[in-house]
Amino acid sequence: MTNTLHRFGSQESLSGDFIVFAMPGKGFNDEGSLEKARTFLRTAIKYRPINMGNALVNALYRPEKNLSFITLYFHGRQERTTYEKLIDEIPAAGSAAVVFDRREPVAEFLAEVKALDLGLSVNVSALVDDVRHICGEVSITPHAVEYTLGFHGATERLPDRDTLELSTMCGHGMVSSNFARKMLDRVKEGRIKPEAAVCCMAKFCVCGVFNRSRAMMILDRTATGS
Amino acid sequence: MKISKQRCVGCANCVPICSVGSIYIGADGLAEIIEDSCVECHNCYRSLSFEHLPPGFTRLIRRALRAVALRFQPDPDICPTEAFIPDELSWPRVVRRAFSDPMVTHESTGVHGRGTEEVKTNDVSKRIKSGQVGLVVELGRPGLGVYFHQVQQATMALAAAGVSFETGNPVTQMMEDRNLGTIRADVLNEKVLSCIVEITARLEQTPQVLSVIREICRTTPTVISIGAATVCDEQGREPLREILAEQGFATGWAKVNLGLGRVSNRSLDAAGRTA
Repeated sequence: MTNTLHRFGSQESLSGDFIVFAMPGKGFNDEGSLEKARTFLRTAIKYRPINMGNALVNALYRPEKNLSFITLYFHGRQERTTYEKLIDEIPAAGSAAVVFDRREPVAEFLAEVKALDLGLSVNVSALVDDVRHICGEVSITPHAVEYTLGFHGATERLPDRDTLELSTMCGHGMVSSNFARKMLDRVKEGRIKPEAAVCCMAKFCVCGVFNRSRAMMILDRTATGS
Repeated sequence: MKISKQRCVGCANCVPICSVGSIYIGADGLAEIIEDSCVECHNCYRSLSFEHLPPGFTRLIRRALRAVALRFQPDPDICPTEAFIPDELSWPRVVRRAFSDPMVTHESTGVHGRGTEEVKTNDVSKRIKSGQVGLVVELGRPGLGVYFHQVQQATMALAAAGVSFETGNPVTQMMEDRNLGTIRADVLNEKVLSCIVEITARLEQTPQVLSVIREICRTTPTVISIGAATVCDEQGREPLREILAEQGFATGWAKVNLGLGRVSNRSLDAAGRTA
């Protein structure tokens, strides 16, 4: 989940982005970790995360590999699976991740995870002051902090800010900057609705850490020219 | 990865999907992949939806519509004819996929994605200890990619500065000589989407190591994402943020390990030692 460390955006935009993930340490607590990861994900459901995944199977938003003219015409796109189906499908613990767009459910979820005492390593990627605030609320003392120091080197080769904000929501680079740019342009031209564009992009992030709400904000901003 | 000339209809949906911009529409109007710059991330094959339209008929429809100034264009995340054919990769090209496809597990570390647990499981692994800083220097991210000969320039500069490379990291595993930072010669021309060089140093060495990394950033032809981690004391405080601020780095976004992990494998005691 180094893929959640370098999300680009303004403080305001990042304040609605929380990724909570659990993973076992190989050789330390990986025995029996699959059921613990499933418990972690099932526990998250009642707090209504906006995305979920574990990087070993396709995430909540996923491609459809068996489309036909008939299914498209009569059923339309079925781009989102259910939380339960995803959780049943995961073959190993991996990095079980859930994404929230508000602080309150994160605190409630973490309080329950702490009480469950699963024994997996649990991390939160977000604005560090918000995480510290949440830790205080739920009486958790952080073990370690990893800060992003940003992008360096040939940064003149990077795309514009809106594109980068969208594409870095998949830290593995699976939402390519060209595709993010295409979605921004199409929304601006009125050729695709922001909701549909967000769905398209979310499917490429196999870890399920793409923040739909933030993406909607960016696309809405583009559509309205604000 | 290959694109079948028999199946492709030239809709160009795959062109912007490519994580490193290696797909283009050739002179024949069909999609092609630039083999040298493709990083085998399998993003096109894995994440595009497939509609199983007959290629010949689809081309005919496309031509007919074009004749009346119309266009057949599937949704932007669909390959209408399932034209992608994944290659059987052999060494050293298989390295590209190991480092670029987030769903592949690295053989050297047993970890998927970028192949390192770094600080994420530090509450059980203790790889970064109190008084240390862990630095993750990720070359090629975001979205540009990097060749291993460019990675070697960075690892050699870091080695010359006397840092120690993290053992449980796939780039370290590719090194021929960890004291020199040299990477095995047969992978130097392989390109990956990104890879993490992971080092540990004493906290007070942070400014010196960062100045070496800054120098690497000044000369690299690609982009580099940098992360810095440390462990907290019993009150949850840590001195790294202040050090980074003194070095001119803004520290807003972070990943926080909450310390809820516990050693539980039967073969180990609570401190992680073999029982």
